[in-house]
Amino acid sequence: MFKIISKKILAPNVKQIQVIAPEISKRVKAGQFIILRINELGERIPLTVASTDINQGSITLIFQEIGKTTSALGTLNVEDSILDIVGPLGHPTDMKKLGTVAAIGGGVGVAEILPVAKAYRDAGNKVIGIIGARNKELVILENEMQQACDELHITTDDGSYKRKGFVSDVLNEIIKKGEQINLVYAIGPVPMMKVISNLTQPQNIETIVSLNPIMVDGTGMCGACRVTVGGKTLFACVDGPEFNGHQVDWDELTKRLNMFKDKEKVSLDKFNHKCKCKS
Amino acid sequence: MPSKIKMNENNPQERIKNFNEVNLGYTKEQAIQEAKRCIQCKKPLCVEGCPVEINIPGFIKAIAEDRMEEAVRILKDKNSLPAVCGRVCPQEEQCEKKCILGKKGNAISIGHLERYTADWEKKNIGLSGPSNNKTAKKQKVAIVGSGPAGLTCAGDLAKMGFDVTIYESLHKPGGVLRYGIPEFRLPNHILDFELDNLQKMGVNIMKNILIGRTKSIDDLFEEGYSSIFIGVGAGLPKFMNIPGENLNNIYSANEFLVRVNLMNGYKFPEYDTPMPIGKKVAVIGGGNTAMDAARSALRLGAEEVTLVYRRSRTEMPARIEEVHHAEEEGIKFMFLTAPVKYSGDEKGFVKEMECIKMELGEPDDSGRRRPQVISNSNFTMQVDLVVVAIGLSPNPLVPSLTKGLQTNKWGELVIDDSFMTTIPGIFAGGDIVGGETVIQAMGMGKRAARAMEKYLHNLVPAK
Repeated sequence: MFKIISKKILAPNVKQIQVIAPEISKRVKAGQFIILRINELGERIPLTVASTDINQGSITLIFQEIGKTTSALGTLNVEDSILDIVGPLGHPTDMKKLGTVAAIGGGVGVAEILPVAKAYRDAGNKVIGIIGARNKELVILENEMQQACDELHITTDDGSYKRKGFVSDVLNEIIKKGEQINLVYAIGPVPMMKVISNLTQPQNIETIVSLNPIMVDGTGMCGACRVTVGGKTLFACVDGPEFNGHQVDWDELTKRLNMFKDKEKVSLDKFNHKCKCKS
Repeated sequence: MPSKIKMNENNPQERIKNFNEVNLGYTKEQAIQEAKRCIQCKKPLCVEGCPVEINIPGFIKAIAEDRMEEAVRILKDKNSLPAVCGRVCPQEEQCEKKCILGKKGNAISIGHLERYTADWEKKNIGLSGPSNNKTAKKQKVAIVGSGPAGLTCAGDLAKMGFDVTIYESLHKPGGVLRYGIPEFRLPNHILDFELDNLQKMGVNIMKNILIGRTKSIDDLFEEGYSSIFIGVGAGLPKFMNIPGENLNNIYSANEFLVRVNLMNGYKFPEYDTPMPIGKKVAVIGGGNTAMDAARSALRLGAEEVTLVYRRSRTEMPARIEEVHHAEEEGIKFMFLTAPVKYSGDEKGFVKEMECIKMELGEPDDSGRRRPQVISNSNFTMQVDLVVVAIGLSPNPLVPSLTKGLQTNKWGELVIDDSFMTTIPGIFAGGDIVGGETVIQAMGMGKRAARAMEKYLHNLVPAK
């Protein structure tokens, strides 16, 4: 059992919890994730570790309540426990001094770009942060990103905060201005990562994306998370989750992410119905 | 000589509607009658055919004389998982194949008797026997992976008096016995009973720890383990690398069966893990896993399940009993056929499979005749769910994250005659060294345990 020791609401439907998991806390590095199962009836879902507190033996998880499991996770409170957590999983980010790194996060992906931005800066890079959200309310971790980056740009789709537009617009401008970018690292919704990758490809800027396909065991056994990269089938859980954005088959990934849409809706409706009955 | 006693089974028309166990087991009378057929050979060949060296005539004699406690004792002296073996071992290829009565097609049903004995223990003794938990123990040993190899190794080392801890990456122990083999062949409560037994013997089981990531092999040595057994099993599922193979609703057998067995997807939405339901299902492969997937798909509500295998019936690696059960249940078999391409609908779901006909050529390395393509024999079939059950590669995680552990060209760990890897004190067995069946893995776990005892014995004076 993994006990929750703090809980914070970062934005509507975006929550942050701190969970006691000493073994994972000790070893997790930027780019890695965990798989959790809330209770005996639960499914296994992957979540990126946003930060750790080794002294406390805790890991911080940030998630958006989208489906049944994330919604149920959002109802847990301090002192509640999560039944199973395994990790850290996947390859950690390969931290090198490259020069200038653009660290781009969209939506709840900002939680995942934060440890990456910190780590690249610690490795001696200049880090330009670009984060985006649909609107002002959904912008998360602004202060944390401010501290982790040399400069930070914020966009909102509707212009309700900072710059109106998309993260890709900002990246495009920076490139056009002639700023030398050695690496782009993007985490967020698939359409965002696809647009970023398409933007950097003609410029020959190395682009890493962190993929979040459907997973079950997360340890290289089931093959649910297979993605086509450079024409080859790879498993995101053990070969990734980071891949060369220029080589990802985005269309296939999008379709595979929708594989269980009908069933996910059944699950969520059942959950929402139950919650309503309770309250 | 009376002929063998058949075990009762659930009716095929009824059983395809649920995941209840197909075989019902012997009654006491049936077991005694079958046991009495054993002629108690002076030099029993059956024992030679048993990878875990069970005193087969011994426990059968005890059944015949209705001394069941003695039968249990003899059986468990060598086998820590008899209820599992009695259900999933290919006895017809091992002990029963060597049975002298088998020459007349009438071998003793050793597997059925093993199952009867194990089930008798569960029903009549339960976990009430003596506990080995509190006795002073020898050195600490770690077992990585709780599949058949790891569990057997753990059980034997615990019997020898070592302080044994198993590390399992999933949320439930059992390895392939848990996630792979469906409940209609091996019910979860049977596996749970065997695991409880092991824990009562003093074996610790730590779940949710992925060795290589959560802790390294070096960490385990630092934590005071004197020796380690690696039984991490098979890893990545193999695919055929043909066009369209990543379309939606094409699954590896591992994923399909993990969803059914480990995650209880067949009880969706009570359980959260979604379970894909196909109407026209194709299962690619001819092994036990293919049979398990095909029969699971049928129970989930498929109208038609076709097993597509590139060789002919005789080369199928699946147990005869499983093929028989599958046929009884209405699984269709399409031999000498292989898929070459899948196509899907606009949402990316598979809708059609193009196949090609094969013929058998010269025997290959495995001794089976090699299938060859018959050109221009392509045809298509409509499918809405495909399960690819063509095998697995060894799990690459521990070898790739542990300096000094050498693998061969197939990615299997290199071991010597005593199951020791290229790092002193680390042993390995099961699929990770090229094992193929549950019982082979168990046999390796057993022999590795013996080698580890020897290694640990020699280690003590050196300190």
